[in-house]
Formats: sequence, structure tokens, C-alpha cells
Amino acid sequence: MNVLLDNFPEYRDGFIGTVSITAISSVIALVLGVAIAGFRVSPVPPLRYFGTAWVTLLRNTPLTLLFLIFFFVVPEILFPGMSPFLLGSLALGFYTSSFVCEAVRSGINTVPLGQAEAARSIGMTFAQTLRIVVLPQATRSVIPPLSSIFIALTKNSAIAGAFSVTELFGWQKLMSDRGYEIMPVFIWVALGYLVVTFAISGLFRLLERRMEVAR
Amino acid sequence: MSGVSVTKAAEDAAPAGDDLVVLSNVNKHFGALHVLQDIDLTIARGEVVVVIGPSGSGKSTLCRTINRLETVDSGAIAIDGKPLPQEGKELARLRADVGMVFQSFNLFAHKTVLENVMLGQVKVRGTDKKAAEEKARKLLDRVGVGVQADKYPAQLSGGQQQRVAIARALAMDPKVMLFDEPTSALDPEMINEVLEVMQQLAREGMTMVVVTHEMGFARSAANRVVFMADGKIVEEATPDQFFSNPRSDRAKDFLSKILHH
Repeated sequence: MNVLLDNFPEYRDGFIGTVSITAISSVIALVLGVAIAGFRVSPVPPLRYFGTAWVTLLRNTPLTLLFLIFFFVVPEILFPGMSPFLLGSLALGFYTSSFVCEAVRSGINTVPLGQAEAARSIGMTFAQTLRIVVLPQATRSVIPPLSSIFIALTKNSAIAGAFSVTELFGWQKLMSDRGYEIMPVFIWVALGYLVVTFAISGLFRLLERRMEVAR
Repeated sequence: MSGVSVTKAAEDAAPAGDDLVVLSNVNKHFGALHVLQDIDLTIARGEVVVVIGPSGSGKSTLCRTINRLETVDSGAIAIDGKPLPQEGKELARLRADVGMVFQSFNLFAHKTVLENVMLGQVKVRGTDKKAAEEKARKLLDRVGVGVQADKYPAQLSGGQQQRVAIARALAMDPKVMLFDEPTSALDPEMINEVLEVMQQLAREGMTMVVVTHEMGFARSAANRVVFMADGKIVEEATPDQFFSNPRSDRAKDFLSKILHH
């Protein structure tokens, strides 16, 4: 008990850090993931190639390596002086966007082809067809895998701790440096993550139920 | 066959003489299958052309090439004098002028019946919502499903869904309507309600291309029957000529199989 109460401000900061990085990179992953999924089913070949390259590259790179690139290469050539928090969010968001893209694409494939044909036959462009007809119907089947992807993202955010981003997992290192017994520390860290991941799965369960009614 | 027989618009709806849809020397392959072979077909404004033929003869594919849901390997297709453009905004604009009714209805499952008929008007034509709704309700009344306006497609019978699909296509004020086996997925008792809507459209002078197995409809509503087999147009004739005195052996064989039992 002591370890938590005596070091509560640091624990709280870590928890808030984890929630923030999770929230920011989730938004990045969702926006990019949906856009790239659109690219991957686009009739324009260069967009399709770009989408495929994006997914292949990011999905197959170890996340730690991606973090290294974002922290040591990206600031050198692109954004000098960007905060570790933002760099971490970008790395995690880009990485997860490849998984979101594939989940969304599998959702798109569950929508019967006739829906898109009907949309095109009344004169909708490809983008309109996707946005107005296909994606809304794909959402329902994408929600369960998305839930898993965002829970994985939450846990992956621990890697950011190694790159001087304040987050929950980093608290554990701080505490062991201060000489606390390791078991209780781990339990408190795990509970902190559980709060976030349970919140995510609860949110998605709610969404799922909402969608059910809409049909 | 359905018992629909309304006095036909045929001869009296004398086509205005100008060509609305022109297919010239169209070829298409599905892998090794040569599904459309040197197709030449001209459809005049106001004309009702019924395409019949055995399964796999390429008649559905032919219908779908007209608004480029299927691309062709060679040959040219023009609508109202304009050749079909490549996929893109221009093609989308042209498709808006070509109504299409599918075998499996393909109503937007996540939209109500009313929204289905409004969507194209609002998103493609840029009509304001109020005018679009008014027109949608008028069209739904016309095809006899006005009271279902606020339901979702899945809550309607097949016949009702197909009539909504016709209303959705009509909402775009199309120059020509394509029907790809519109009654093939329907229970027998629902076929007539759809055919009656189509009959009415034909009488009003809509240019129509209808792929169907409904010989009764072909007899009563068509200006011309196109008989396809094995990817070729084997015979073109008026319905009277075709059904009473087919010239080709292939057509005779086809008719003997479907008309006498």
C-alpha cells in the first residue's frame, strides 16, 4: 500500500501519461487507418501501391525499432525539437494505423458488392460510395477487432516509457530505483493498465450495442 | 410466366428516331470465356428492348457494360452521343443519367426507404433536402410503397424492395433505365407488382433495356426482343415475330423449352 500512497503524484502523472498517449495515438491510428484502407481499395493504382507499402512497412517493423527511428532519426531530418510525447504518439499511431487499416479493409469486404454497385450506378464517386454507403455498413463488423487493436495499443505505449515519455510503466522503474519491493509495484502498474483497457473494451461494447439497434 | 398483359406501348410509342445507347463491336472476356462477342446494339430514345436468352449467354453482362459496371475489352459504347469515359468523376456523372435496377435490389441497408430514394438526389445532383424528400415521396407513392417510407429495406418484401429500387433509380431522372433480371429473385406472387411498375414506365415512354425471363412482359411491353446465346446476339425482332415465328434454330429451341410445359 505504501508504495502507492507515498508516490501517488508520480503514479498519477504516469497514469495520465498513458491515457494521453493512448488517446492521441488512437486518434492518429484511426484517422490514418481508415484513410489508408480507402487507398487500398481505391481504383487508382498509385494510391493502392502507397497503401500496400504503408501497411507492409509499418506492420512488419518491430515497434521498438520504430520508436528508435522516430526518436533519433525523425527529429534529425524532419522535426527538430519535437517533444518526446508527440514523437511517441506518432510512432505508436503510425504503427497501429497499419493494423486499423487491415481491420477496416476486412470490414469493407463484408459489405456486399451490390451496395457499392448500387451507389456507383446512381452516380456517386468512389469516395462518396466509400464514405456514405460502404464504411457505415463496415463499421459494425470492424468494431470487435478494433477493440483488440486499441487495447494492444494501450499496452504498447509502455515502450514509450523507455524514451523518456512519462507514462505508467515508467513508474515501475522509478520505484525499483527507489528500492521498493517489486511485486506490489507491478500489481499497481497492472491495475492502472486494467483501468484503461477495461474502459476501452467497455466503450466498444457500448458501440457494438448501439450499432445493433441501428440495423 | 407472369400473367401481366397490358396493352403494349409498342408501335404507338414510336421511338423518336435518335439513338440513345449505341454499342458497337463490343467484346469481353472473363478469363478464357468470351462472354460478349462482337456485340452491335442500338437503342433508340423511348424504345423498350427486352434481352432474353439462356443462362450464361452474356445478357446480364451486356446490361452491366452499358453503365460500365463491367468494363469491355474492345469496342465502343456511347450514351446519348458521348462515349463512356474512364472511371472517375465524368463517368460518375454519366452513370447518374443511367438508372439501374439489380436482380438483388441492392437497396442501401443502413438507410430508410425514403433516404434510399433521396440519397442520390442530395449527394449527386445537389438537390436540397426538402425538394428531394418531396420528390422521393411522390415516386414512392407512384410505385405503391409510400406508406413504407420510414422503414428499413430489410423490413420490406422483395417486391416492395424492388419497387423502391426502381424509385431510387427514377429519382435521378435517368435518360435510360437498365433492368438486370429485376424479377428473378422474387417470389412468384411478387413478380407482378414489379412488372406492373415497369409496364407503366414503358407506357410513359421511358427508354428501357430489360434483361428478363418474363416472356409475358417481353410480349406486352417490348418494342424489340434481343435474343442472346453464347455471347452473341442471335436474333433481333419484334415480340410478335420473335415469339410466333423465330428465325434461328437456337431461338426455336429456347422457346420450345420455356413455352410448352
